[in-house]
Amino acid sequence: MNGIRPGITGITAAVLLFLLSCAVPRSYALDVKRTVLENGLVLLTVERHNLPMVRVSVGINAGSLHEGADKAGLASLAAGLLTEGTKNRTAQQISEEIEFVGGELGASGGDDYVTAGLSVLKKDTALGLNLLSDIILNPLFPEPEIGKMKERIKGALRAKEESPGYVASRIFRSEIFGSHPYGRVVMGTPETLDSITREDLVSFHRDHYVPAQTIMAVVGDITHAEAEALIREYFGTWHQADAAAPDIPVATTTKRRKTVTVDKDLTQATIILGHGGISRGAPDYYAVSVMNYILGGGGFASRLMQNIREEKGLVYDISSVFSADRYGGSFEVSLQTSNETANRAIGEILREVQLMQHAPVSDQELSDAKSFLTGSFPMRIETSARIAGFLVAVEYYGLGLEYIDEYADYINSVSKEDVLRVARTYLDADKYVLVVVADQDKAALQEEYR
Amino acid sequence: MVLLAGLLALCGPASAGEEAAGTETVRADGAVYEETLPNGMQVFIITDRSTPLAVFEVWYNAGSIHEKPGKTGLSHLLEHMMFKGTPSHGAGSFSKMIKRVGGIDNAGTGKDYAFYFQKLAPDRLSLSVEMEADRMSNLIMDPQETLSERNVVMEERRMRYDDDPQNLVYEEVMAAAFKNHPYRWPTIGWMSDLKTITHEDLLTYYRTRYVPNNAFIVAAGNIDVDSLMALIRKDFGRIPSGDPVRDSIPEEPEQLGERRVFVRKEAELPYVFSAYKAPNILDEDSYALDVLSSVLSDGKSARIYKSLIDKKQIALSAGAGYSSIQKYPHLFYLYGTAMPGRPIEDVEKALYEEVENIKEEPPSEREVQKAKNQIESDFIMHQDNVYYQAMMLALFQMVGDWTLRDRYIDGIRRVTPADVQRVAKKYLVEDTRTVGVLIPVKNREAQ
Repeated sequence: MNGIRPGITGITAAVLLFLLSCAVPRSYALDVKRTVLENGLVLLTVERHNLPMVRVSVGINAGSLHEGADKAGLASLAAGLLTEGTKNRTAQQISEEIEFVGGELGASGGDDYVTAGLSVLKKDTALGLNLLSDIILNPLFPEPEIGKMKERIKGALRAKEESPGYVASRIFRSEIFGSHPYGRVVMGTPETLDSITREDLVSFHRDHYVPAQTIMAVVGDITHAEAEALIREYFGTWHQADAAAPDIPVATTTKRRKTVTVDKDLTQATIILGHGGISRGAPDYYAVSVMNYILGGGGFASRLMQNIREEKGLVYDISSVFSADRYGGSFEVSLQTSNETANRAIGEILREVQLMQHAPVSDQELSDAKSFLTGSFPMRIETSARIAGFLVAVEYYGLGLEYIDEYADYINSVSKEDVLRVARTYLDADKYVLVVVADQDKAALQEEYR
Repeated sequence: MVLLAGLLALCGPASAGEEAAGTETVRADGAVYEETLPNGMQVFIITDRSTPLAVFEVWYNAGSIHEKPGKTGLSHLLEHMMFKGTPSHGAGSFSKMIKRVGGIDNAGTGKDYAFYFQKLAPDRLSLSVEMEADRMSNLIMDPQETLSERNVVMEERRMRYDDDPQNLVYEEVMAAAFKNHPYRWPTIGWMSDLKTITHEDLLTYYRTRYVPNNAFIVAAGNIDVDSLMALIRKDFGRIPSGDPVRDSIPEEPEQLGERRVFVRKEAELPYVFSAYKAPNILDEDSYALDVLSSVLSDGKSARIYKSLIDKKQIALSAGAGYSSIQKYPHLFYLYGTAMPGRPIEDVEKALYEEVENIKEEPPSEREVQKAKNQIESDFIMHQDNVYYQAMMLALFQMVGDWTLRDRYIDGIRRVTPADVQRVAKKYLVEDTRTVGVLIPVKNREAQ
């Protein structure tokens, strides 16, 4: 529904922006069966018989981490072309077959991993898995489809420039991660897209779409045994290739003070302020989760929202996020405020960051953060689609299935001292990147905010 | 997503009946328990034993169509003020308490309604009941807080509309398509109106419309009906009925020719949004229009994708939609964003060609069957979420009767290819169309 937003104007979208959290009380543990097929494919299954449907999520270690800077967009293009023709079916046959049964099938690129997904009614499970297997194992990358897809991606890149939030985020990631793949736009650039050939796609697929680098979660109205038998039928013959061990550099971020502005005819300034963060595997991940919830991850429970929206009325939404990927991460506060109030909002963010570093949080704040992070887990795995996506991530990031049981302990063991320590370690009110997309005359940014 | 495409809106007030409590008691999974409290407030509970969650919602017949010109945006601003506390619970404390028990809460305002919800563990539902009942009649609206929240809403408006060119086109098309019906103004309100809304305006509206006989409750999830009803009867039952709410919504006159509006705005690509007057879901033709929308635009095998995006490569994105779950007749629409370098006129023309093709020859049996399968499968898959279960019931109830929900799929199944052709001929006609075009201008160069 491009351009058409539902006529519901919600009070905030920030409520769900606790991106860093994965709370799991023991009582809601999932009955997950983990199987490793002979070819190395990891299969995770959960039975849910509430509705006659089956959801499959696939994570393949074939994201943009594995492409060269001069071929940026290769991984994403390869993922997007999976549904555009195989040895057995044309693009139109694929969409016609899956859509005729009201199912959904697709794949899209990412930086850490590529995601493919399938949703079908139970009666169509075999048909769906047949298609899913075909697009993952046998894509043909037909030249005409490559050309069309490249043009669509270039068009999409252009269209995205219309969104101030996208522009700010694109610049921010580039400033933080530099030449590391995390610093690039996953879709690539018009120039790098032009340089990608069919041969690049074919060899990328051959090297990276291998069963030992694939995680598959099957969730829904299907037994563990049925799911395993079907996955063996459709993916068991997928041969393990000699995949070169990926050599991925850790994303290093240098701390520095830098401001980047973009001048546009806008009524609001879109602002991102932040710096490097932590990777998903960092031991401080959970303490950082709690700290960030209190600072700006907790929606109306957060200090940033309380101060900058509730008390000062400067924004509709403001949030902070530590986005933690496999090889690095970033911290960012983002908001929109009218051009004229940009300086004031930036000053308040920095004040809140300093406050986090200078004084311990209150007992109430700490306990509220813990109770939300641990108590909200059932919502994060409410639907089959969410469970499947969650399981792929747990496996990819090496958290182990025991994570589901132990998460609450990780969170509950965080102390006020830990929160203060990680605020001092991972927040910085001096060396940060500030991106402001605005009517710059009206925003009239200050040199200093302290 | 045919069913929920476009503007959700409607309103079909819970009428102030005086039925005895417990009109129906069915406890099987998926069944709906229905009761009307003596003060006129209706309650609907969907039991779903498969989930560890519950959702609790209060729906008010209080959307932007109930506002007066000059005070647009009032309903939505009031929705924001509903989080500002009562004598028993301070500002923001409702949300904090819900989060403390691992739940989330939020609210939304549409053209026909406003609603409030919490999603949480079923054993915490007493919090929802107590606090929703409290803010239904005891809201504090501090004049200072009102001014501050007005600023928040103005920021929201800037973000959603003033700096979003495609949404501005949508807003302009609504304003042109409807010249008398209050669907013509945006739910968020015109900026100049927002500046004039006073504390007194909000209070009057709140006292008139936030009454039990103008609202209903929907709950869904792993719920014990008896205990939840006991809580509801206690906390909501003691709120007195308000004066009967009489809505006189002006009728929209017949449209006698195409209307066309333009938005010149800093943007990257041109965009067209073309909307036809269409009936709502109370009309039997709505099912064929839903199928038509799906045939045109549901997926990569649908006509618009195949033609405009894949074959002609003139549009970056394009589709059709139908907003039928509205209290009053609304719109069926076509839209498209041009590929860089392609004229928007070509996109608009190609969209109409797809409509003309269907007028000339009905879609094939297989295409219609595919559309029906897509709509039905979508309907089933969405039930995986308690929020959606409650939302569907509430939307149908607002339009008139929640049991429409259970007749919806049958209605879709009745549609024939000839029906699809007939409704295309009947409704997708030039004279009742309003077209909005975004003309990108560049005022700045990026530094």
